[in-house]
Amino acid sequence: MTRPFAFGDPERARALADAILLLAPAQRVKIVHVCGTHEVTIAQHGLRRLLPERVEILEGPGCPVCVTPTRDIDLAVRLAEAGAILCTFGDMTRVPGTRRTLEDARSTGADVRTVLSASEAVAISRKTDRDVVFFAVGFETTAPMTAAILLDRPPPNLSVLVSHKLIPPAMAALLGLPGAEVSGYIAPGHVSTVIGTRPYEALSSEHRMPVVVGGFEPLDVLYAIALVLRQIRDRSPRVENAYPRAVTEEGNRRAQAMMAEVFEVSDVAWRGIGTIPASGLALRERFGAFDARRRFPAEGVEGEETIPGCRCSEVLTARAVPADCPLFATRCTPLTPVGPCMVGGEGACSIWFRYGGRPRL
Amino acid sequence: MCLAAPGRVIAIAGNEATVDYGGVRTSARLDALGEPVAVGDYVLVHTGFAIRRLSPEDGEETLRLFDELLASLQEVARPPRAGDVGEGR
Repeated sequence: MTRPFAFGDPERARALADAILLLAPAQRVKIVHVCGTHEVTIAQHGLRRLLPERVEILEGPGCPVCVTPTRDIDLAVRLAEAGAILCTFGDMTRVPGTRRTLEDARSTGADVRTVLSASEAVAISRKTDRDVVFFAVGFETTAPMTAAILLDRPPPNLSVLVSHKLIPPAMAALLGLPGAEVSGYIAPGHVSTVIGTRPYEALSSEHRMPVVVGGFEPLDVLYAIALVLRQIRDRSPRVENAYPRAVTEEGNRRAQAMMAEVFEVSDVAWRGIGTIPASGLALRERFGAFDARRRFPAEGVEGEETIPGCRCSEVLTARAVPADCPLFATRCTPLTPVGPCMVGGEGACSIWFRYGGRPRL
Repeated sequence: MCLAAPGRVIAIAGNEATVDYGGVRTSARLDALGEPVAVGDYVLVHTGFAIRRLSPEDGEETLRLFDELLASLQEVARPPRAGDVGEGR
């Protein structure tokens, strides 16, 4: 089978690793990416081993499952317990809320269903008279799909619990946190397929921050790292597109228009970080009938954020790596997750656990 | 979550394409794509929706970019040569 877009040949990988060694400055450099898929590529292919010790690469708030606030999970659990069919993407069912996970709710009779696409929630709604709630998480890559189903004559028994979030405001907010010390960003490729490269311009120029949009093949990631290091060396921070086969300056304008029609930008809470201004999406008034937050009252939903001993909030903000947490791989494992970063298949802790604890190897 | 896989379009019916990923086939909606797509094209698919059309030339362009960077840093790095595979560093 041919894979025309697979880029992992060992010769080029070796050459790019040499390029990285050549470009790395003498001082310590901390590169932050904001995408679980990048972390999977890095850990799975052992790319950290190719970097000099002084070049660190960390995952920031790149796992939508992990940054979904407890309050939203608690509300989803409440709706499922009250008898709605609750549809969501796989990992969401295992994230701890204040009292329990959606999976726990399912184990005591709630109808919680895992879907691979927003369209599946629509299909489920059409086959029942019961209330169906689609718990919609994800960044700009995923939000257009929620918009698409709402623009496509959704059935009246469907509503959406919107917990979509926006990446550029989170990247900017991270820089303001004590101890962030970000030297450069690798921006997420598929978020950028939708939004284009322009939304990073303000962030890059205001903070003199290198921002390189990167793809997900091993060579894509090495190339993006090399470009960040070259910008640092040349003192020319800017937005650079290292993934032009999937990303343009203007992005996917159809998807952007669909999002703009259905959602308005709002201040939202990120688990482990807090509320970030203009960093999320809420349904516009016109779609109020499909808004689970308006349809079902949420009084008394707990939303307790703190988990004793868990360092997810530092991991999510690229101020700690999973191995820094005393619970990592001891009390907290994918089978017994304590914090959200161990649950999501894109959470740094879950990825590090899967690929061998502390994947410098 | 933002995983998107490139697959080849093997059929189109209205708003839906059948996409082949080297043997595995699924359907993908086309309403969030915003660019024309034809049977034989590659598309990047995220949670059941095509978000970008890819052409095989885009793949060649990617390799050209990698090699351009490598060529600009000839001191240490160099573009790959035949026979490099399996050599130790």
